[in-house]
Amino acid sequence: MIHTEKLTRSFRVGKETVEAVRGVDLDVAPGELVAFLGPNGAGKSTTLKMLTSLLAPTSGTARVAGLDVLADPAGVRQRIGYIGQNTGAGLSYRVWDELFLQGRFYGLSRSEATDRGRELVSSLALDGMELRKVSSLSGGQKRRLDIALGLIHSPELLFLDEPSTGMDPQNRANLWEHIIRLREQHGTTIVLTTHYLEEADTMSERVVVIDHGRIIADDTAARLKAKQAGDRITFTVWPADVPRAREVAERAGEVTGDVSGTVTLRAESGDRVLPGLLSALANQQVAVQAATLHQPTLDDVFLSLTGRSLREGVDA
Amino acid sequence: MATMLADTRSVWVRESLTIWRDPFSLIFSLLQPLIFLALFGPLLSGIAGEGDLGTSSLQWFLPGVVVMITMFGTSMVGSNLQYELMTGAFERILATPLSRPALLVGRALKELTPLVIQAAIITLVAVPFGFELFPAHIALGLLLLGLFGVGVGSLSYALAIAARKNEWVFWAVQQTLLFPLLILSGMMLPLDTGPEWMQVLSKLNPLTYMVEAERVLFTGSLGIEVLWGAVAACATAAIGLWVGIRSVTRTDF
Repeated sequence: MIHTEKLTRSFRVGKETVEAVRGVDLDVAPGELVAFLGPNGAGKSTTLKMLTSLLAPTSGTARVAGLDVLADPAGVRQRIGYIGQNTGAGLSYRVWDELFLQGRFYGLSRSEATDRGRELVSSLALDGMELRKVSSLSGGQKRRLDIALGLIHSPELLFLDEPSTGMDPQNRANLWEHIIRLREQHGTTIVLTTHYLEEADTMSERVVVIDHGRIIADDTAARLKAKQAGDRITFTVWPADVPRAREVAERAGEVTGDVSGTVTLRAESGDRVLPGLLSALANQQVAVQAATLHQPTLDDVFLSLTGRSLREGVDA
Repeated sequence: MATMLADTRSVWVRESLTIWRDPFSLIFSLLQPLIFLALFGPLLSGIAGEGDLGTSSLQWFLPGVVVMITMFGTSMVGSNLQYELMTGAFERILATPLSRPALLVGRALKELTPLVIQAAIITLVAVPFGFELFPAHIALGLLLLGLFGVGVGSLSYALAIAARKNEWVFWAVQQTLLFPLLILSGMMLPLDTGPEWMQVLSKLNPLTYMVEAERVLFTGSLGIEVLWGAVAACATAAIGLWVGIRSVTRTDF
């Protein structure tokens, strides 16, 4: 569905050239749900804009939905849906006017646009709001309208740029319900960008980690975490017991340090290792005062890949 | 081409909805040129005295007002765009397969729609005061103005895109350019008695040729001025669209 080779984009800022995207090679198969994860300014949105033909690449190629983005940008736009970061519906327009005209923009006939619009109004729970002004809708309703606008022409590939930024948890869950249903019913390929770790973690099958304009990791969330970070076990003992405790811990995993009686180790499948470790410590007469298991998040993955935390880049 | 026309129509329909859904704004915009005509016209005939303008200062002045409202309307295209540039509406529309010229032309035509009605009203209102009506000539005049307006509208569109990060820049540039252009076109006052530098500048102003062409047409005649007006209109439309399309396709939003 998507195939890019060495996709690159640079901008001139004053006299300097800023490379926003540096040689992205990416393949997305039909039906996949892929999240681009990375801090602000990593190049996620720039990549998305090139894939949606809104921005021409400086070099490299991209084929999207079977067409080259440079050779046939209008053709690409016809086949994909794009839902941007901000409210896409004009605030001073009526809900139905925007929906119907969006259909016309994609070349649907009047009757097609009407039928499809009605279908989306009911599936996105916008019934009764057709004649309301967009500015009078709640945040969640506006977002659902944006999704309806992006789906009016039933695209085979849907791009969402930071779809849930600024939404409350309830609306975010609701949004995801719609996205997941869309996929189940129509097999739509979905590519989204996010800086919400939890979102990439729980919702996407495939996470593409982008930093400084490059793809630095590309796998399922579970495998990224297992590969890059591993589980971390921390336990606290009397300072006198530390040498013995370390000895036991070495057998369970890789000890990464001990600070004033608190020993830290990395282990695969920490949840299975922890009970055995505790009983082994008890056998060695080591009294454990506290023990915690930390299973990695994608932030740990990012930290291990780049030495920086993703959270630092998240909007305050 | 067929797609481009259909796309232009769709864009025009969407833009025009702001008028049809809220016709109050239209009523006020219709009053504006009438007020202008009513307050300016008498003064002008006073200045002109018994000179060659005296017979019908209206015949001289009214085409200028029509050109002025075209300039006011179409140079504002960008200001309506600014609002949508700030929200995501502009980006959403860019992501549709709509042809890029249609985005510009559709918006300019929306500003030109009320113009046709405005022009019709002020012309009809002027008839009882001695204004002679030549409908076919006026229609040709409006057509030329429409073409010219598409160019000005597209330039205004490009200006709004260029100034998308500081919206006041749009107003600063628009206002700074609009009034000198209007005055130097001889639209409000004749420039024949002005200093030479003004006359030179006015020769460089495409609007001058529009105003002169409209004056000839509104008196029911055809002349070389009309041809120059057509050249000015075509050139403005071509340059405007070229600049506008470039700014749409080359800007990173």
